[in-house]
Order: sequence, then structure tokens, then C-alpha cells
Amino acid sequence: MKKQFLSFAGKRRNWSIPYILFLVFFVVTPLVLIFYYAFTNHSGGFTLDNFSKFWQQPEAMHTFVFSVGVAIITTFICLLLGYPAAYILSRMEIKRAKMLVLLFILPMWVNFLIRTLATVALFDFLKIPLGQGSLYFGMVYNFLPFMIYPIYNILQKTDYSLIEAAQDLGANPRQVFFKTVLPLSIPGISSGIMMVFMPVISTFAIAELLTINNIKLFGTTLQENIYNGMWNYGAALSLIMLLLIGLTSLLNTKGSASAAGEGGLI
Amino acid sequence: MRKAENIITIGKVSKSFGDKLILDNVDLTVKKGEFVTFLGPSGCGKTTLLRIIAGFLKTDEGKIVISGNDMTEVPPHRRTVNTVFQKYALFPHLNVFNNIAFGLNLKKLPKEVIEEKVMKVLKMVGMTDYEERDVDSLSGGQQQRVAIARAIVNEPEVLLLDEPLAALDLKMRKDMQMEIKAMHKSLGITFVYVTHDQEEALTLSDTIVVMSEGRIQQIGTPTEIYNEPKNAFVADFIGESNILNGVMIQDSLVEFAGHRFECVDEGFAVNEPVDVVIRPEDIYIFEHSDAAHFTGQVTSSIFKGVHYEMMINTPEGFEFIIQDYHQFNVGETVGLRLKPFDIHVMKKERLYNTFEGTMVDKTHVRFLGASFECTENTDFAAGSEVNVEIDFNGVILQDNEEDGMLSGDVSFILYKGNHYHLTVLTDEDENIFVDTNDVWDDGDRVGITILPEAIRIVKP
Repeated sequence: MKKQFLSFAGKRRNWSIPYILFLVFFVVTPLVLIFYYAFTNHSGGFTLDNFSKFWQQPEAMHTFVFSVGVAIITTFICLLLGYPAAYILSRMEIKRAKMLVLLFILPMWVNFLIRTLATVALFDFLKIPLGQGSLYFGMVYNFLPFMIYPIYNILQKTDYSLIEAAQDLGANPRQVFFKTVLPLSIPGISSGIMMVFMPVISTFAIAELLTINNIKLFGTTLQENIYNGMWNYGAALSLIMLLLIGLTSLLNTKGSASAAGEGGLI
Repeated sequence: MRKAENIITIGKVSKSFGDKLILDNVDLTVKKGEFVTFLGPSGCGKTTLLRIIAGFLKTDEGKIVISGNDMTEVPPHRRTVNTVFQKYALFPHLNVFNNIAFGLNLKKLPKEVIEEKVMKVLKMVGMTDYEERDVDSLSGGQQQRVAIARAIVNEPEVLLLDEPLAALDLKMRKDMQMEIKAMHKSLGITFVYVTHDQEEALTLSDTIVVMSEGRIQQIGTPTEIYNEPKNAFVADFIGESNILNGVMIQDSLVEFAGHRFECVDEGFAVNEPVDVVIRPEDIYIFEHSDAAHFTGQVTSSIFKGVHYEMMINTPEGFEFIIQDYHQFNVGETVGLRLKPFDIHVMKKERLYNTFEGTMVDKTHVRFLGASFECTENTDFAAGSEVNVEIDFNGVILQDNEEDGMLSGDVSFILYKGNHYHLTVLTDEDENIFVDTNDVWDDGDRVGITILPEAIRIVKP
């Protein structure tokens, strides 16, 4: 008996069994369930009604488009603020840079609901009305570190002799940036974009709290449907969002690969 | 015939990183079309000097002139030099063609011109058909060729090469050496090459600049550097040599290793202490006979491919390294002979340590940041500035740094036939020179003690 166990545990292949079980129960099964609910009605029969309902309901469609818009704008603002920050950090002395990176990451140690509630309180105190502005503020505030960190990481790892090589070949500081630093940091930018764009689409707590439910994002729509027992419709909406996220990450890897390959043609 | 005009003039350049002096008042001119090599051990400042010429580092003091224009404050992208980097520094986001075309694209040359030029240099470095390849897919040698192509395609006046072959294996390195030499000939531009490999320097260069501790030790052709080393450092660094303490008895007569030898050097003071250098292949070794100047016993004999390398101990207690085609067995007594021409006599850089100090009281003097006991001295009042002289053998090194009055690191070791001459860098960043019979290693941390009797106090 003991011998059998030892030979079972000795096979390295068998070590993956716990992970496979985990994936089956917590990733594959839920996905299958989402599929199942999305394509069935209350009584369990196959139907496409859930999807056609989405196309026919202007309200859900509108929320969806608006959410994507919010996500794009948030990602763009994060990139605009995050890239220079990451660039400056990467040029600093390692010790000081580490300290500052920590300061950027530090807010993440506080639970994000508490952080957002505190932001609401702060806006109240400053008598700034909650609305679209506070929504973007909250989004950027929450997701900016996710943009800075991957870009900082890749910039910091960039071989400085490449920058010297560009200078040596006649590139002025602007050209050094656009022809070497920027193309070399594209992998960092694309993972930053993914890490901001994807969660922003599905988040609902920030929108709820920072706009006092005045602005509805797609995440909220989803949550409402599930809360109200409309599982089938909710599953269909989740599936649509999943497809969108899958699509962006697909485009992202494609985009970064081709950018890396053709950077010289810029 | 090339015109012998100077393309690079380096005037009194100094550079420090923090409080460490890397380049100390370096003066150098490079002639147009020359192949110049900066040679020295790591940390001697050779790469720093190259980076100053390239413009990546600013000088603290001094001037850089390239083809008649003061370049001291000019940023690298506006200098007429190009660099081949030690680890190639090829752009990983560009293919071979675009790496090489990088500089030409910045100059906004027409597409056809760029293509023509790139193809020409690719052919020159033997990399035709590789233009579409990803640089990461190339071997070290191929990457090196692309790096050279990327630099020369810009037709610089000076090509700077920073240990370009250091990462290649021996066989590859030899091949590339020949190719670089051929390239220098066909391009006709000035090459400035940095290496720590003396053989590489001797093979490639028109002129070698030997550097140590931020200073130029000697500038000369490979034969001059090898045959007429200016000091013990150069003799030790270039090739193998026997370096001994000697005394110049009179013109053309020198005493070392307990014997007097005829030599060809003149112009020294009578009885002036000197360093004597003899290359291991210049000592004649034969079965003991009357023709011998002196004798010795073989203590080791190793076959080195072409010659045998033998260690000989003389009855006077000196050790010689000798290379010869004939083998003599360990234990054998042999006769040794030297031709006057093969004895190189060099002026000693210093005869003893000299430091600036102040008298503390009659029996104490302060220098190197510590107070030392000395023999009673009434010539100088307390607080007066003095010079302190210490013989090399008056300094004692200890394993345990706490045992010494000072501590430091052994930074250079020279074997003098019967003792070691060490350079120890103290924590005060001053060199103290020590003669010892004990064996120390480069980089050893030591305690330094100075005997009171060894301290001589003189007027500054």
C-alpha cells in the first residue's frame, strides 16, 4: 500500500492533479455553467432569447457601450499619467525608486472599498459634486498603479547600453525615446493596458459609490440581473463581456508582437 | 602615405566617480588612420577613457578634441565617432537590416542609398542574406559582426571598440582579430580599441597605450612595449618576465641576483638602484660549463607546446623563469648566460614610500590618517608639517586587519625573484608599497604596521 502510494507520488505528472482539479471545479465548471444558463430559459430549454434581448434592450446596450467608453478613457488617462511616472522612476537611483514605487503601491494595501468610501467622504468634505468626474477620478486612482508597475518594471530592466547605442548612432534625446525606449517598453504598456482595461469594464462598486448610483456601468447591470434572479440573462451578459475581454487581450498580444517586430518602420 | 595629423587629442583629462579617481591627468594624441589600443587590467580607466571620447561621460577636467573640433561638451549624438559595445547592444526590437540602418535612417537618407550602404557593410562583415533575421537568433560572433556593421555604416572618423571580443571563445576571437585588422586596413579610418588582453593588443595595434590606476604607463608600438618596457608594471603586464632589483655600478655594468653583468644602458648615477627586466626566452640555459655567467638548479619544468617553461633557483636565492626549446630535468644543475642587449634596465619609480604628515610630539607623527610611534625626533616642533619616508621592508602586513594600525587591500603584486613587491591601497585611498617574503593574493584584506625605526622624518 505504502509502496503504491510512493510510486504514485513519485511520478512528476501526478503532482499536477490538485491543480487540474482546481481548474476543473473553479474555472471550467463555472464557465460551462455560464454557457448553459446563457443558452437556456427558465425551464431549461435551449434558447437564444437572452442574446436577442440584449440587442433589443437599448438600455443594456447603452450601458455596455458606455462602460467600454469609460474603460477606454480610464486606460488612456492611466497610460498618460503612468508612463511618465514609470519613466522617471526607472531613471532614478534604485533605492529611491523602490521607495517611491512602494508609495505608489501602498494604497493597494488598503481594501479598495474602504479606499473608495474614503474618496467619497473626501469629495463630500470638499463639496465636489459626485458624477462623471468623480467616477473617472476613482477609476484612475484605483487602477493607476497597475499601469505604472509593469511599465516601470520593463523600463528598469532595459539595457542602458541600448540607449547609449542610439545616442552613438546619432539619435537626439527625442529620437532616443521614440526609437528605442518607447518600442522597447511596449510589452510593459500592453500588460499595463490589460491590467487596467479588463477590471474597469466589470467593476461596479466604484461607479455605485462615487456617483451615488447615478451612472450605471455594465458591471452594475450584471449584478442587478443576478441579484434579481435573472440568471439566464445575466449569464448571457457575462458571456458577452467575457468575449469582449478575450478579444481585447487577443488584439493586445497580436498588437505588441507586431509592434515589436516592425518597430523600425515607425 | 597617410598624413600624420592628429585626429584625437586628449588634454589633461581627469575623471572621478565619487571620491575614486579613475583618470588622473591623461594626455594622449591619436594619429589619423592609426589602430590604437588602450591596454590595462580591469579598473585601470581604459573603458572610462573610451567612454569619454564617445561622449557618454563628461570629463571633470581637461579637453577632448576630435578632428580639430573641441568636443568636450558635445553630446554623443553629435560626435563623428561610433562605438562597438562590449555586449553588442543590438536593438532587440529591430531586425539585422534595421539595426544597421538605424543611424542612416536618423540622417533621413533616401531609401535606396540606405539599402545600398547596408548591403555593402553586410557583405564586408560576411553577413549577406542575414538582413531579415532577428538579432536574438544570431550567435555571439554574428551579433558582433552586426554591431561592427552598424557602427561602420555611418562612416565615422573614428571607430571605438570596447572589448568587442571579450565574450567570444578563443578560436572565434582569433578569427575576429584578423578580420578587425583587415577591416581597419580597408576602411582606412582610426580605430581605438580597448582590451585587457595583452596578446590581442600586440596582435592588432599600431600603437599601444598601457594604462594602470588611471595613468598612462607607456605609449609605444607593440615591439617597443614588449622589448623596452618603461617600468616594472608594463614589463609584468606584457608577457612574462623576470623582474629584479639591481644596482647600476657604472655605465654598462649592472649588478643583480648577486652577480655583475654587462649591459647596454647608460646615463644612470653611480650605484643607482634600478629595476632589471629579463624576458624568459632571453636567458640562455645549457648544461653547466665554463661559459655560464651563473648557475642554478631546475625546480620545475613544464611543456608548453612549443617550448618548455622552467623555474630555476640560483644558489644566491633568486628564482628565474626561463623558456627554452630544450628540456632540462628537475634537480639538474644548469649554466645560465645573458647577453648585454637582453638586459633591460629601468629607472625605479620610487625608492621608498613618501607621505605628508604632521608631528604630534617628539615620538609620534601623524600620516595616512593615523598617529604612528617614531624614534625620538627633536628637529621638528609638534604640529609642524613634515615628510615621512618609509622603506619598503619597514612595512609589515598582517592577516588580521585589526592587528594593524591601518588596513588596506593588496592591489598589485610584483615578484622580484626573491621577494614580492606589493602595492597596498589603504582605506585612506593612498598606496603604500611593501617588500615581503610572504605570499599574499591580489585583493587580500591586510592590517598594516609600520615599525618606529623604519620611519624617517624629513623636511617637506
